[in-house]
Amino acid sequence: MHKIERPMRDPLFHISKRDDMSWKKRFLLRGGVILFSFLFTGILSWILIGVDPFTFIGKLFEGTFGTSRRIWLLLRNLAILLCIALALAPAFKMRFWNIGAEGQVLMGGLATAICMYYLGDKLPEPVVWLFMVVAGILAGALWAVIPAICKAYWNTNETLFTLMMNYVAIQLVSFFTNVWVKDGSGVLKNATHLNGIKLPELGNPYLLTLLVAVLLTVGMFIYLKYSKHGYELSVVGESENTARYIGINVKKVIIRTMALSGAICGITGVLLVGAINGSVTTATVGGQGFTGIIVSWLGKFNPGFMVLTSFLVIFLDRGTGQLNLTNNAFPAIVTGIVIFFIIGCEFFISYRLKFRKKKKQEGEVLQTEDAPAAEQTEEAKERNLLQKIGDGAKNCVLTAARGVKKGALFIGNQTAKAFRKGKDLFKKKPKEKAEETQTEKEEEDV
Amino acid sequence: MNIIAFLSSAIRFSAVFLFGSTGETITEKSGHLNLGTPGIMCMGAIGGCVGANIYVSNANTIHAVPAILLPLLFALLFAGLTGLLYCFLTVSLRSNQNVTGLMITTFGVGLAKFIKADLGESVDAAIGAVCTHFRNLFPFADNLGWFGEIFFSYGILVYLAIAVAVATAIILKKTRVGLHLRAVGENPATADAAGINVTAYRYTATVVGSAVSGLGGLFFIFDYMGAWDSGLTSTEALGWLAVALVIFTVWKPDLGILGSILFSALYLLPNFVEVSFAMRDLFNMLPYIVTIVVLVLTSMRKKRESQPPANLGLNYFREER
Repeated sequence: MHKIERPMRDPLFHISKRDDMSWKKRFLLRGGVILFSFLFTGILSWILIGVDPFTFIGKLFEGTFGTSRRIWLLLRNLAILLCIALALAPAFKMRFWNIGAEGQVLMGGLATAICMYYLGDKLPEPVVWLFMVVAGILAGALWAVIPAICKAYWNTNETLFTLMMNYVAIQLVSFFTNVWVKDGSGVLKNATHLNGIKLPELGNPYLLTLLVAVLLTVGMFIYLKYSKHGYELSVVGESENTARYIGINVKKVIIRTMALSGAICGITGVLLVGAINGSVTTATVGGQGFTGIIVSWLGKFNPGFMVLTSFLVIFLDRGTGQLNLTNNAFPAIVTGIVIFFIIGCEFFISYRLKFRKKKKQEGEVLQTEDAPAAEQTEEAKERNLLQKIGDGAKNCVLTAARGVKKGALFIGNQTAKAFRKGKDLFKKKPKEKAEETQTEKEEEDV
Repeated sequence: MNIIAFLSSAIRFSAVFLFGSTGETITEKSGHLNLGTPGIMCMGAIGGCVGANIYVSNANTIHAVPAILLPLLFALLFAGLTGLLYCFLTVSLRSNQNVTGLMITTFGVGLAKFIKADLGESVDAAIGAVCTHFRNLFPFADNLGWFGEIFFSYGILVYLAIAVAVATAIILKKTRVGLHLRAVGENPATADAAGINVTAYRYTATVVGSAVSGLGGLFFIFDYMGAWDSGLTSTEALGWLAVALVIFTVWKPDLGILGSILFSALYLLPNFVEVSFAMRDLFNMLPYIVTIVVLVLTSMRKKRESQPPANLGLNYFREER
């Protein structure tokens, strides 16, 4: 293609990688973004459902910590989500995209239910417990190992494979429910169908789950950080070629790690079915297998951080759930927006934006940068960095504000034009007013 | 079992999968594994509802052309905007595609439900008033016996789905744009070096692909159901099947036409044969199992034409080595 030569222009900004942000700054940035997203959703709730931001945030806390029962429910949900996220961490660290936690947990639960159904009336209860746990772990591991073997030997795309396995598991659960429940209601009941078997309660129905979650968190932290296995899987994740070169059996590591991942998912299934619900349905996991992926990724596959991220997700879910809305889809939106903010903020942690400077300034900047950097003291460097971040942020806000203003004007003009046109076409009715605000809200959402 | 009726309803229902999978194929060819497709299909469905609501509450008499066009445009707009959000996060902010995609699904389903609840009851009436125009494009089909039932008994969206799939196949295979798009999905660094604007291709492909996927939701609500899918559970499940179909058809939209008919036949089969509920579940499992088998077989055979785009699921950052 031949084009007329134009004077070269720098792009508005360019992006470069950074890994020099101190943990304090990272922590502050993340915390700030979370706070900001709370405020943002608060404002959104004001516009959409008429709850003002402060009441909204207050309600969030009241909904999660209001009564002792609510705290127990928070802990229970937290434990389950954390277990799933922990199960996924080793697989993700190995860059094996295990999207199949939903199915693996469900299979663990189904195996538990099978033991309860077929063995519950034949063996003493403690023996059944043992069978439940072993069967649950094996089923979860099996569901994870099948894609792992295909990945290890034929490099089958694991994301798509594990995704499909979820739905096979859901249909299997539905199949067994329909086989077991003869009256056609499709509801499997603990007392009537599963011989009333439940895992032992340790004073509180949710304590067992909580204990398992704590043990798994500590265990996974040690496994990933201090064990040989943990080291091997992180090498495989960084570069398979390196792993092969230093003599790691990549196939073995993939299959072993996925077996572990599936086994922990299986344990979660055992807890969900054996201890918490006492029965299995297709909605037992309820999408937490997918939420676990997000939690695990946001927590950087570090069990300690994962406690925080899963707490955040459960907090939002439980808090908005207690708002007593007629419109029950609001929690999903709030969680979605907060997580979008966090995902977006990660970019600013690992990349640096450099804005185009005006020609004159460029000379000055070059001069200062030319000065021997080695002579700068640590303090000066720090100050310099802060200055840059400040400038970057200022620029960012200014451009964003300009963009928003432009966009708002454009959208406003267009909608006005569209409605003027619409008025000519059809006769205007008072209803239109409501729609107009509706579409505007829409655009704000996106 | 009435073979003709079965075949014609399978072809009709295939539009859900065909729209979904064609859109997802366009997206995946650019290297984006958009796991947000189910959410985007729900957004397409609610977009249609908003369009229908605006039209029905403003028009005195309902004409066929605007009654189809307005929901169609809004479905494209809503689904496209959701795709844009996904693109912004993955291309511009370089976030993980799997995480973002799953988030888009949760968010899209939630937002669709929220908007539906916000619009209130009037939408149901609007869907009812508009949906007849989406069905039976050719009124003479009844006079042609079985021939008419198999080829002419559908609404406009079914023909549109096939047209879009054929057009996509031609664009991908025969045009320069298609070649560039495939290059971006296979190896963005090479494409970039060759002077192809990777960011622009990824943005355009994903937004267009999402808009097309969204029409699947529109078809499901306005043509097939003729009413709102209250839990949105079927729309979401159909979205995942559409993602599966992309693999099943080894990223070829022209194969997708046959594949979607097969999928919808498997999906509808339990309605046409007398089976117990338990057997029905096993039937419903078939599309997924078939997809898994195809996925494993293609990876075992290592045939170059039937591999996923090499950079599927990976973000491109020029300065990264």
